Amino acid sequence: MTELIERDEATAEPPTVELSMQQAINRALRVLLAEDPATLVFGEDVGALGGVFRVTDGLQKEFGDQRVFDTPLAESAIMGMAVGLAMNGWRPVPELQFDGFAYPAVDQIVNQVARMNYRTRGAAPMPITLRLPSFGGIQAPEHHGESLEALFAHTPGLKVAAPSDAAEAYSLLLQSVRSDDPVVYMEPKARYWDRKPVVLREPTDPIGTSRIVRHGRHATLIAWGAMVHRCLKVAELAAEDGVELEVLDLRWLKPIDTAGLAASVSRTKRAVVVHEAPLTAGLGAEVAALVTENCFRDLSAPVQRVTGFDVPYPAGPLEPQYLPTIDRVLFAVQRTLEY
Amino acid sequence: MDHLPADLTRALYRHMRTARDLDTEAIALQRQGVFPAYVSVRGQEAAQVASASALDNTRDFVFPTYREMASALAYGVEMVGYMSSHRALWHGGLYDVMASRFGAVNAVVGGPVPHAVGWAVGERLRGDDGVALAYFGDGASSEGDVHESMNFAGVFRAPVVFFCQNNQWALSVPNDRQVAGGSVAARAQGYGLPGVLVDGNDAGAVYEATAEAVARARRGDGPTVIEALTYRVEPHSTSDDPTRYRDEAETARWRERDPVTLLRRALLAAGHAAEEDLAEDDARARRQAARIRDGVASAPEPDGSDLFTHVFRETTEELSRQRRTWQEEVEL
Repeated sequence: MTELIERDEATAEPPTVELSMQQAINRALRVLLAEDPATLVFGEDVGALGGVFRVTDGLQKEFGDQRVFDTPLAESAIMGMAVGLAMNGWRPVPELQFDGFAYPAVDQIVNQVARMNYRTRGAAPMPITLRLPSFGGIQAPEHHGESLEALFAHTPGLKVAAPSDAAEAYSLLLQSVRSDDPVVYMEPKARYWDRKPVVLREPTDPIGTSRIVRHGRHATLIAWGAMVHRCLKVAELAAEDGVELEVLDLRWLKPIDTAGLAASVSRTKRAVVVHEAPLTAGLGAEVAALVTENCFRDLSAPVQRVTGFDVPYPAGPLEPQYLPTIDRVLFAVQRTLEY
Repeated sequence: MDHLPADLTRALYRHMRTARDLDTEAIALQRQGVFPAYVSVRGQEAAQVASASALDNTRDFVFPTYREMASALAYGVEMVGYMSSHRALWHGGLYDVMASRFGAVNAVVGGPVPHAVGWAVGERLRGDDGVALAYFGDGASSEGDVHESMNFAGVFRAPVVFFCQNNQWALSVPNDRQVAGGSVAARAQGYGLPGVLVDGNDAGAVYEATAEAVARARRGDGPTVIEALTYRVEPHSTSDDPTRYRDEAETARWRERDPVTLLRRALLAAGHAAEEDLAEDDARARRQAARIRDGVASAPEPDGSDLFTHVFRETTEELSRQRRTWQEEVEL
């Protein structure tokens, strides 16, 4: 009987709901707070206000100010507090309000959160998920739009996720918070308000898997966060000219799905990686190296990169020129096809 | 010493004596090339042993930095494992941090202080009565994390004891170039916390100040800052040359105020022990220090595969691949 019920629950299709990404993350936090009394949400303005992006809206009312609480304004102490809470058996989900404000907390994230399990030989695991509103595209003031993925992906001991839409944001957050390893969960601000019918699903793929969001045979566009959406637009435009582009959403920036990347690029023989962060030593270099190491014989062209420039994040009016534009991606596609 | 129980003061003496002997052994091990480097605790035994002894190692938690050997000893940490970090066998030490309730050795000196606040907040959220004690030095008191932590603890009324061992030298920089505002204890006021300045070479005074702060935290009355004024009589580390920056006459004056000697005299004066009792304690301390020395000197080096073992709880395919490559290459 139990078996039957379980099977029914497992096969029942979750309903489609119309949600923005910010609401989907809120839903995930509700599920997580409800399922594990050790889960704590804290940071600047996450309580009564519900966060500057309203991601934590209503959580304090529902779960109380012991589970969801505001802290003083000090990013390093927020992350340091998460370490101590984790050592005392809690499952902290701290928020740092904007990516640029993660820099003051880098010592705690890199020297403490990322290393504590290693330093203590597994005695003090760090089941911490750092929620980090990330990337640009909203013409925000300085320090409110940065792309820190290479810094965190480069740090041993951290895992890094970047969802690209509401449904992904929901299931990746469930996965991140339930994991006993520390995860930097980078929320693309530019997609927070993107509202569409979505199906909220329990995660089924393991941590570190990518997904193909559009199938194609002429080249693979590899992206994460808001750039996935942009690459889908590029693919639509290219299709008008008969070019069929595959779009791969990396999702996990550490660990990277090498097998998934290799499978796609081996089929299409060409790869263009698109990201918002500056070019030099960015994650695109890692992706290009992985593709080259794994698909060298299949490649018909060198891996192209379309990225932000090696400049400090620019002010609003220049932001559209800094971020990879549809045209810049199309030019890269053209370059790769011309080989 | 009259007002403290005799068995307590004897225990303080035994731990301080053992820490002193172990410190001497550790310097010898460094000279023999067994330890690549060592940071001496000499002169700070009272501050460390007496403060750690005011805690309950079944429910409290200590967050040390890297010069807390005497605290670890008094708190009951497995000392071969602890000293392994000085032999560079494993950075954080090889003792079980969670079972010992004594955090891993940490060289970012302000870094562990907010951990104490988080641990303490977690304790209160659960409704338990454990207290977190964070050790840090006068140098660390300049770090942002320490200030952020005091403010957090004040706001959350977290059961934390901020225990500053002011040994007056942050490597080569003296107090007047390190601490503005007169003292570390004075800062507490700005965060709404009680700040206590105590003679760090007086084991009885340190014990009482810490016990009071712990009791206060335990009954829900919030954090305390304790500044134990002491002195680092040895160099910063075995790689340091203090003659380049300090007047050795000052060091000599502090050697006169040796905390082990002071406690010994006080015990005898209070009638808590006779000469022959203390001679027995001294002999025991020497034997214990020698056992720990032999243990750490002969401890096996970690296996190479440990490089990969504890990076994640759930390892990644990439890390497993690197581990396989490493294995193949070492087997060649």
